[in-house]
Amino acid sequence: MSELMDLYQEVILDHTRRPRNFGSLDSATHRAEGDNPLCGDKVSVALELDGDVVRDIRFQGKGCAISTASASMMTELLKGQKAALLATAFRQFQDLVTGQAIEPPDDLGKLVAFAGVAAFPVRVKCATLAWHTAKAALENSQQPITTE
Amino acid sequence: MRRATLPSVQPAAPPLDVDRLRRDFPILSSRAAGKPLVYLDSAASTQKPAPVIEAMNAFYREGYSNIHRGLYALSLEATEAYEEVRGKVQRFINARESREVVFVRGTTEAINLVAGTLARQRLESGDEILVSTLEHHSNIVPWQRICEEKGGVLRVAPIDDKGEVRLEAFEQALGPRTRLVAIAHVSNALGTVNPVAEMVRMAHRRGIPVLVDGAQAAPHLQLDVQALDCDFYAFSGHKVYGPTGVGVLYGKASLLEAMPPYQSGGEMIRSVSFERTSYKEIPYRFEAGTPDIVGVIGLGAALDYLGTIGLECIAAHESELLSHAAEALASVPGVRVVGQAGRKAGVLSFVVEGAHPHDVGTILDREGIAIRGGHHCAQPLMERLGLPATARASFGLYNSHAEVDRLVDGVRKVREIFGSCPS
Repeated sequence: MSELMDLYQEVILDHTRRPRNFGSLDSATHRAEGDNPLCGDKVSVALELDGDVVRDIRFQGKGCAISTASASMMTELLKGQKAALLATAFRQFQDLVTGQAIEPPDDLGKLVAFAGVAAFPVRVKCATLAWHTAKAALENSQQPITTE
Repeated sequence: MRRATLPSVQPAAPPLDVDRLRRDFPILSSRAAGKPLVYLDSAASTQKPAPVIEAMNAFYREGYSNIHRGLYALSLEATEAYEEVRGKVQRFINARESREVVFVRGTTEAINLVAGTLARQRLESGDEILVSTLEHHSNIVPWQRICEEKGGVLRVAPIDDKGEVRLEAFEQALGPRTRLVAIAHVSNALGTVNPVAEMVRMAHRRGIPVLVDGAQAAPHLQLDVQALDCDFYAFSGHKVYGPTGVGVLYGKASLLEAMPPYQSGGEMIRSVSFERTSYKEIPYRFEAGTPDIVGVIGLGAALDYLGTIGLECIAAHESELLSHAAEALASVPGVRVVGQAGRKAGVLSFVVEGAHPHDVGTILDREGIAIRGGHHCAQPLMERLGLPATARASFGLYNSHAEVDRLVDGVRKVREIFGSCPS
C-alpha cells in the first residue's frame, strides 16, 4: 500500500482532478501531439513563445492520473520560464521517474512528487508522455509523438 | 446434434470443482505482490494446466521429430500424433471433415490467410467487406488492407448502446456488393455474444460467405461450426488453455479447395520444377514450412483436458461467475459495467469514476490481481462507446467466487485512493 501512496500522492491526485492550464491555446506558436498506444492516452501540448520565454502553455487530452498530473504540473513549471528549462527539467524528471537520479532534481519543484513512479516501471511512459510532446513542439516536429 | 451455442445459464450442468481444477494449473499457486495471484486476464491468454505442459515436455523428450517426411518410425509416430490433433479439433468444433482444419499460428494468421487468399481472389473495385463495431483490430486491419489493395470498401455493422449488434442493422449493412462478412463470435472487449447463426443465415441468403472470429468464444462456448453454418471459423490455442504459437482456421472444404495457397514453400507442394509447381490437397496446401509441431501436440492436450471437464460445465460456471462479478462490482459506488448485452461470455469491462483504467490496473496489481486496462485492441469500439479505455476482468474455468470478491475489494481500494471526484 505504501508504494501506492507514494505513487498517488495528494498533489498528483489534485492535479488529476483539477488539471491546470488545460484547454486550447489560440495564440500558440508551437504545438505537438503525443500518444501512448499501450493505453490509448493522448495529449496535445501548445506553447506560445515570446523570444525564448514561454509566455503561455496549455495541454489537452485524456489520460490516466499519472499522465494528466504530469502534464498539468509540467505546464505550471514551464509557464513564464525560459524555454530552455524544458530540456534540463525533462532530463531530471526522466532520471527521477526511472529511479536513476544522476543530478539533483533542482529544477523540478513540486514535480519531485513523481519519484514514486520509479517503483512502477510500466507507468514511466505515462509520466513522460507530455514531456516528450512538449519537447517535440519546441523542436517543431511534424511527426506525432508516441511513447512506443 | 450438438448445440451451436449455449444459453447463458445451464442449470443442468454439474458445478465445477474449482478447487480441484486450480491444482491442475501450476502458476495459480504462485504469489503476486506478496498475495495469492488472482488471474483475471484469461481473455488475453489463459494459463496452462499441467497435462498441456507435460504433453509438450514429453513429446520433446520422447516423441519429437519433423513430420510428413521421415521414413523412420519416430517421424511416422510424430506425424500420427500431429494428425491426431487435427481430428481432435474437428470434434471440438464439430467440423464435418478433419481436412477442413488448417493449423496456423493463431486467430490473427487465420484471418490474414482468408484475407490474402479468398478475399484477394474475389474482391473487385467497389466491392464490400462487412465487419462490426465490436471487432478486435485483428478482424479489422487485414480486411482494411485488402480493401486498400483492391479498391474495396470496408463497411461496419453498428452496435447499440448495450454493446449488441442489432440484427436489423446488420442485415441492412449487407448489400449487393458485399463479398464477405467477418464477425466476432464473442467480443473480447465487452463479452457480447453475437447471434452468429442468424447472421450467417442472413448473409447466406445473399450468397455471402462468413468468417467468424472465435478467439474469445472457443474457451467459453460449446462450438458447432456445422450448426452455425459459418464458412470459416478462427481461434487461438493459447486462449483455450493450450500453448502460444498455434491456432486453427476451419474452412468449408469446398471453399478451401477453391482458394490459392497462402504462404508457399516446403510441405505445401506436390512437386516442384523451375517451370511449374503443383500444390498439395487441403489442408496441407495452407501449411507451408515446418509447423509448430509441439504447439499442436499441446493444443491436443488442451482440448483433451477441456473434454474431461465439459464445455457446458465450464460455460455454466463462468456465466455464474460473470453475473456475480457484474452484480458485486455494480454495487461499488462510482463503478459502471460497460456492455449490457443480453448474452455475454467470459468478459467484464468496467470503468471507475475518477480513476483511469490504467490506474485501476496498477492498484489492483499491487493487490495481486491481474486485469487488463486499455482499449483491448478495439479502438473503434472504444470510440463508439466514448471511452478512452476500460478495465477488463476476464474469467476462466479456474476462477472462483473468492477471487471475484478480491477483485471487488481491490476496486473499493481504488475508490479509497481516488476518493470521490469533486469535478
